[in-house]
Amino acid sequence: METLARAIEVTRRYGSVTALDGVSLDIRRGELVGLLGPNGAGKSTLINLFAGLRRPHSGRVELFGGSPADPVRRRDIGVTPQETGLPSTLRVREVVDFVTAHYPRGAARGELLERFGLTGMERRQIGGLSGGQKRRLAVALAFAGNPRLVFLDEPTTGLDVEARRTLWDAVRDFHAGGGTVVLTSHYLEEVEALAERVVVVDRGRVLADDTVAAVRDIAGMRHVTLTAGELPDLPGVVRAERDGSRVLLLTADADALVRALVRADVPFTGLEIRPTSLEEAFLTITARESQAA
Amino acid sequence: MSLLLTHTKYRFLETIRVPIAVVGNTFFPSASMLFFVVPFAGDDPLVATLATGSMMTFSVMSTALFTHGLGVADDRAQPWDPYMRTLPAGPWPRFGSNILNGLIMTLLGILPVLVIAATLTEATVTPAQLLLGLGALLVASIPFTLIGLFVGYLLPAKAAIAVVQLVLLPMAVGGGLLMSPTDPPAFIAAVAPFLPTRGGAELVWAAVGGPAPRALPLVMLAVWTVVAGALAVWAYRRDEGRRFS
Repeated sequence: METLARAIEVTRRYGSVTALDGVSLDIRRGELVGLLGPNGAGKSTLINLFAGLRRPHSGRVELFGGSPADPVRRRDIGVTPQETGLPSTLRVREVVDFVTAHYPRGAARGELLERFGLTGMERRQIGGLSGGQKRRLAVALAFAGNPRLVFLDEPTTGLDVEARRTLWDAVRDFHAGGGTVVLTSHYLEEVEALAERVVVVDRGRVLADDTVAAVRDIAGMRHVTLTAGELPDLPGVVRAERDGSRVLLLTADADALVRALVRADVPFTGLEIRPTSLEEAFLTITARESQAA
Repeated sequence: MSLLLTHTKYRFLETIRVPIAVVGNTFFPSASMLFFVVPFAGDDPLVATLATGSMMTFSVMSTALFTHGLGVADDRAQPWDPYMRTLPAGPWPRFGSNILNGLIMTLLGILPVLVIAATLTEATVTPAQLLLGLGALLVASIPFTLIGLFVGYLLPAKAAIAVVQLVLLPMAVGGGLLMSPTDPPAFIAAVAPFLPTRGGAELVWAAVGGPAPRALPLVMLAVWTVVAGALAVWAYRRDEGRRFS
């Protein structure tokens, strides 16, 4: 399978902060990849490197076999601007025409706007659009050059359910037509709805690169907290932490754990079971990584 | 080339859709024409012509400083600017469109001054003098364009607007634009030759029938242009390094 974009052992710092720390990633043709991670994890930095906005401090970034800093390599990609930055005095029609003019085979304006539910908005000034309309326009601009590869940074943050569905449909259609998509999100739901492959990024490192199902299993962990003294060995505990008399256990099967607790006949109080957040799932993966190391 | 025109078109549209910006651009020189030149110098053809040349120089300085100083600082603050860098074009269409748009705004700025001079004063030029004068204005605007770019790439918008205003008035007054070209007060006469304003203004005056420019102001104009150019390049590279490396 042809590799469209590639990061090889890429490290990128901002001052003393390491945004990316030895990241390697291949984006292959036809993939729909979700970059998942909390704010500040390094997702946007990775996209900025692929889009040619930043250079790595070490390692290499390739786009269609060349450097992303070369404008010719960027002919086949599309990037979403932040909707807050769209020029507010221009009309929708004008900003689409402006972006399209940069590409050898740009999209037809009417058809592009229709895909993103913006039909009839051509003459509206961007400053007068709602937040959701601006966001959809910003995402539409990533597709203005009929790209082979699009980078969508948090495409649906702040959208209502219906606008989100419209956008998801547009992304799915693009992918079904052979397009390659890299999207970042801190919503597991969004990545689950769209992506086939999930790359979990945190603190500048790739923690997991797997199918959606595999990552969902990790995120399916439960937190079991209880107040207890010394506990015996319990089955299925991925991680155990003690905070005073409170014990926090992380497990894939909370039911089995509770049955084992009861059978072991240890005294405990204040039992709580709650699903892990995505962030906690990342921590789980980190913990495994450091154990393996 | 077509991308340069595309960028210029949309940048111009963005500018003129904020009419107050265009009005602000033309207000001071036009108002100065109406308040100072028309009543006091309107009747003498040569004095009126030279005073018109001074006001046009003032207008050109003001446009160059504001368009580039404030415009660039403002651009840098917008997320649209990095987005444009992801499009498949080098930096030149964006940079070139900024310069071209500055020229268009310069023309728009001097137009009212020209109209006031033609209708309300005895100022007069031959077509050749007019063209020569416009050429001289272009030369006069170069150091201020470069100072504008320097400020714009160095400072955030709020600081840039203050600095541009601080630069504009002393440069205009100190250069003798608001005084008689031939008989300025002693202080102005001492300071003016060392300011970039004076060399430009003397070129403009000479182009429209005034006295020939003196050597010192022209040398200082060249020195300011080179120094401002070096500073602008330095500030541009520094900004590139911070935001895009």
